[in-house]
Amino acid sequence: MLDKISKNLIEKVAGLHELPNGALSFRKNGKGELIRSTPSIVIEKKEDLSGINIFVKSTCQNEACHIPVVVSESGLFDVVYNDFYIEENAHVVIVAGCGVHSDTESGHNGIHTLHVGKNAHVEYIENHLATGKGKKQINPVTNIILEEGSHVVMKTTQLGGVSFSNRITNAKLKKSSILEVEEKILTDRFDVAKTNFKVDLIGENSKCKVVSKSVARDESEQIFKSNIVGKNMCFGHVECDGILLDRASIESCPKVSAKHNLASLSHEAAIGKIANDQIVKLMTLGLTEKEAEEKIIEGFLK
Amino acid sequence: MIELKNVSYIVEDHGEKKAILDNISCVFDDACLTAVTGENGSGKSTLMKIVVGILKPTEGKVFMDGKDITNLTIDERARKGINYAFQQPVLFNGLTVKDLIDLATKKENSVGVACNYLSKVGICAKVYINRPFDKTLSGGEQKRIEIALALAKKGKVYIFDEPEAGIDLWSFEKLNNIFDKEKCNIVVSHQEKLLKTADKILVLNHGKIEKFGSAKQVLKNLGKKCSMMEGGDVR
Repeated sequence: MLDKISKNLIEKVAGLHELPNGALSFRKNGKGELIRSTPSIVIEKKEDLSGINIFVKSTCQNEACHIPVVVSESGLFDVVYNDFYIEENAHVVIVAGCGVHSDTESGHNGIHTLHVGKNAHVEYIENHLATGKGKKQINPVTNIILEEGSHVVMKTTQLGGVSFSNRITNAKLKKSSILEVEEKILTDRFDVAKTNFKVDLIGENSKCKVVSKSVARDESEQIFKSNIVGKNMCFGHVECDGILLDRASIESCPKVSAKHNLASLSHEAAIGKIANDQIVKLMTLGLTEKEAEEKIIEGFLK
Repeated sequence: MIELKNVSYIVEDHGEKKAILDNISCVFDDACLTAVTGENGSGKSTLMKIVVGILKPTEGKVFMDGKDITNLTIDERARKGINYAFQQPVLFNGLTVKDLIDLATKKENSVGVACNYLSKVGICAKVYINRPFDKTLSGGEQKRIEIALALAKKGKVYIFDEPEAGIDLWSFEKLNNIFDKEKCNIVVSHQEKLLKTADKILVLNHGKIEKFGSAKQVLKNLGKKCSMMEGGDVR
């Protein structure tokens, strides 16, 4: 089922050498190639739109659901709507991700909505990568509704080669729910990457932490925007660290908005080139300047 | 063996030339622990940075085992066997203690092997091995790990810039045991205790060699100064 390009992309975005066992939806060039459910995770094709509905039952405990997407057809711009319904107390790991390979213009828009039930725990991993000579776009939209006591850990990575991306994440947190976001972006050449987080801390004791780490090389451009809105007694923190190389640029706007006098919100941003003393230290261990730079970036994005 | 011949390091200070190091010639022998001491600002760290290659001398030459290394880069000198523990450890965002040990040893070490390097500097290795080498570590922990990294990298010349700084008395006593007596060891220090364990002492004063000789001989001359300082700090 997997051709060489798909295999390569899936390995890089999902760490898989083959399509895995368990709950799976494999989408290739705009079509669902394979859908597989398990007793605890039921995946159904949407009737009205392109995409799937994923029902994660309460009986799901530490089960993984893989939904890799590959776009290798030149000129294709795939749009998919995936909705996740996660029942109370479920514990699921969702591995999404998209690999685009094209020598002409192509791309993928994945619009994911997660309805996270009471006290459910979700680890959501999403990796994006593009290869080939053409211009590639990946524009993921993730909407998350966290019910009382639920916990979502979202880890997103843009691995490189994506000419343009506009990542939008909207989250609404109810009572005592927690959202942790770790975003890592690497851009090079003339890539443009935009990120926009909007988090509403609605419920009492809701908590959110957004950490974005980015490396911009060559003449690439990154724009990071976030707005954490505290509407109750809540805690929110957003931080953005960026490493700039060559003639790249990073714009960071971590914003917090308190709409309640017991909202505790903070933000920080730091952008700069690699500290020279870090390069010198690694050179004293025998690495060349270039190797030292690569190692520092690797560690930073790890 | 490291040899400096007529090394000077001159900088511009408010339009005027200032010699941080002025015509230094000396030899750091193999199988010898040489302590470099002197007042703050006397040029000790600058001298070490010139040996390591972080700074280039404005005049003079640096030799290693008789070969001119003046124009070699930091990494070229490191690969020839010059190891350096910084006075102020450099911290990283994301690299762990084990990552750095692996880089120093040029191989991926098992946790057990990596822990051995840390045990040498008296820290409970398993607690630290996967921790990021960043500001979450105390100054003393950073310093000991910095020393462990210099020791982990195989070399011929080991330079420790104020290794005692930030280290408690217990580990200070242990410091003397970490030097490989067969190698060329250079230690920048103010501590009388450490100076007493050295084979030779080089005293710098305003960028010039004030004294250089056997520890016994030099300490005898410094004796009056030392006895005036409680705790054995010869500054």
